[in-house]
Amino acid sequence: MMTAERPTVVQKTAARTKVLQRQGAAVALVLMVAVSWLVFPRFGSIDNMRDLALQGAFLVVIALGMTFVIITGGIDLSVGSVYALGGVLAAWGSQYGFLVALVLPLVVCGLIGLVNGLLIARTNMAPFIVTLASLLFARGLLLVITDEGATTYQIPADSAFVELGRGTVSGFGYPIFIAAVLCVVGGAVLNRTGFGQNVFATGGAEQSAILMGVPIARTKVLVYTMSGTLAGLAGALTAAYLQSGVTVIGVGLELDAIAVVVIGGTLLTGGMGTVLGTVIGVGLIKVIQNVINQIGTLDSNYQSVVSGVFLLIVVVLQRILRR
Amino acid sequence: MPTDPVIEVAGVTKTFAGVRALSEVDFTLHRGEVHALVGENGAGKSTLIKVLTGIHTPDSGRVGRNGRISTIYQEVNLVPLMSVSANLFLGREPRTRFGLIDRARRDAEAAEILKGYGITADVRAPLGTLAVGEQQMVALARAVAADADVVIMDEPTSSLEPREVETLLGVVDRLHEAGIAIIYVSHRMDELYRICDTVTVLRDGRNVHSGPLADLPRIELVSLMLGRSVNEIRKHGTTAFGEGHHAGAQPVLEAVGLTSRPRIDGVSVSIRPGEVVGLAGLLGSGRTETAKAIIGALPLDGGTVLVAGQPVPHSVKGSTRAGISMLAEDRKTEGIIPNLSVRENIVLAALPRLSRFGITSRARQDRIVDTFVTRLRIKVSSPEQKVAELSGGNQQKVLLARWLCTEPKILLLDEPTRGIDVGAKAEVQALIDELAREGLAVLLISSELDELLDGADRLVVLRDGTVAGELEGDQLTREHVLAAIAAEVRDDADSDGSD
Repeated sequence: MMTAERPTVVQKTAARTKVLQRQGAAVALVLMVAVSWLVFPRFGSIDNMRDLALQGAFLVVIALGMTFVIITGGIDLSVGSVYALGGVLAAWGSQYGFLVALVLPLVVCGLIGLVNGLLIARTNMAPFIVTLASLLFARGLLLVITDEGATTYQIPADSAFVELGRGTVSGFGYPIFIAAVLCVVGGAVLNRTGFGQNVFATGGAEQSAILMGVPIARTKVLVYTMSGTLAGLAGALTAAYLQSGVTVIGVGLELDAIAVVVIGGTLLTGGMGTVLGTVIGVGLIKVIQNVINQIGTLDSNYQSVVSGVFLLIVVVLQRILRR
Repeated sequence: MPTDPVIEVAGVTKTFAGVRALSEVDFTLHRGEVHALVGENGAGKSTLIKVLTGIHTPDSGRVGRNGRISTIYQEVNLVPLMSVSANLFLGREPRTRFGLIDRARRDAEAAEILKGYGITADVRAPLGTLAVGEQQMVALARAVAADADVVIMDEPTSSLEPREVETLLGVVDRLHEAGIAIIYVSHRMDELYRICDTVTVLRDGRNVHSGPLADLPRIELVSLMLGRSVNEIRKHGTTAFGEGHHAGAQPVLEAVGLTSRPRIDGVSVSIRPGEVVGLAGLLGSGRTETAKAIIGALPLDGGTVLVAGQPVPHSVKGSTRAGISMLAEDRKTEGIIPNLSVRENIVLAALPRLSRFGITSRARQDRIVDTFVTRLRIKVSSPEQKVAELSGGNQQKVLLARWLCTEPKILLLDEPTRGIDVGAKAEVQALIDELAREGLAVLLISSELDELLDGADRLVVLRDGTVAGELEGDQLTREHVLAAIAAEVRDDADSDGSD
């Protein structure tokens, strides 16, 4: 085993950074939950907890893909639109059965992600621009297939697909379990597979990674494909839950996803991040939202104000701790 | 020597944007051979390496490879945010039964391997927390562990301290014995002659000599590299420092008891006008920190800086106003702005003086730039050329010009000749000499002992952030400096036992 060495200043700083970045969000979450529990009697109720978890589940699925993208040093602005498109496709596809309703959004959204990845990896265009273009593309496609949003495809209440969104185990919705399984798998992929190591290397030092033989292009293509597919899945689950393909959802959702990933301690510049952090980030945002709803007298837009302040604090901390 | 070639290159030509980087180069590397690849910067070494490793495709010629090639570069090409063990095993991690990465085994094996390279740091820590020398060692371990038949080392020792150089050369010997072929690129003659069997000299993209190294006298080798005659080099030498300087009586700079925990503790240095004072010591002994403390870029726990007897406020602005300028160690991150022109880079520091009401006179800028380009013999096509396009030596001169045009009284030079080729190095050294002659007080930091011994009138030896000794006159010898530094090595050996 390692000999116990006197930690250097750098190591101490690194350790402190880690604690504050990863556990910082966790500590904040625990505090928020504890205070809310004491102040708002309804907050701790099992119903409210189920609600919170379900609300968070959809965002977790999107943010999971975003976590991978951001660790490679990229960004995916298309997920909000792709999420909405996924929902509409699922609702439309549900008339042809469970399989079509589930697979169609995954394939189409995965393809959008694949194109994002290919453009970014092969042409070296900025992820910001490429995914901004596909944000517009996906939203446009959605409007075309819904007659400019006039048609809302309904999912028959008795279809098996609805069960995917509305089914429960002791009151906890299926999407919560789906999100949990995806996170466990995602965490294992990130930390325990060669692909995961490539993701870190790509975002940590791209030029070095190239010289170390890391397949940069393939890694990028994969993370954007993943991000698109997961956004499509989140959309499909939402549609199943709402029993219809709502056309107006997901506007600005990409920014929420980026925010929770960064709040969770993933470096926006890439090379460092965790799935657990992202889950905690989602938890924080959702608790804040929940509490503001509980207060009732407060305008619900305060949720954005608080989230914004939170994000700013995290980014400033990252900056300071990285020097 | 076995005659079995692992790399055979014939008639390779490579052109970039109309400039010929390699021209009809032949190169053969045999199994088990340590082959020195030398030449000035821009001679085509890097291009040849990239052709060998397949990063560049040659325009014409034949490249034959017969084995796996690993390369380590002058700048550490690893991922600082990932752990040491992840870097070492990236792409070939040990797996569990389920095909997942076995992190426990990876960490244990990494610790075991790195012990052989003298690294005992926590392998789970981010690589970036290691010293540069240790990082370089990890890069080397990675290259070797990849079961390579050929290891290419591109100036592997340029950022290492003497002890680490020894470890690295030891590793090279081990590889040599194991029959691995090595291409060794370096400017350091001692290392080349110690470990290399054969040598290839590149000049202006051509192979001007290939053959056994031991048969080739050093001066002959330098003459092949520079393309100058042996006699010419004999006359001028390879370091260009002249004899001692006539220093004024009163020190112009007095730094007293500089303390910035934990890096330096009570360091005092004084320099007289026209004097070159060298700061010697191992990497991490506080050389750069001392210079940074003097210029006001390091927060101080104690100590003062006096210029001509007057205390200087502890800030970069205050020091600059008092006439202190510093040429930082890392050109890329702390000095050069690559996308600006030579002119813009030079006048940057002098802009406040050249401006009136925030408006600068272009004519005055041009005059100043012209003066320095001529005086420092900076090779540029025009003052508007981008600095990024210049060679390392010329970039260094541009930086020197930037600080000189602020008309400093005291110049702090941190590794002014690192990473620049032999010819440019001599020019920079000659410039330092000239500047001292004109009455500038110079603080010279260098890890090359010869450069310090030749260039400095007096040496301050640092050890562990404190002054271990001051040497001048007859004491300016390799032995005295090493003796002053040596105490630290012994201390280290004692503290290594802690668990």
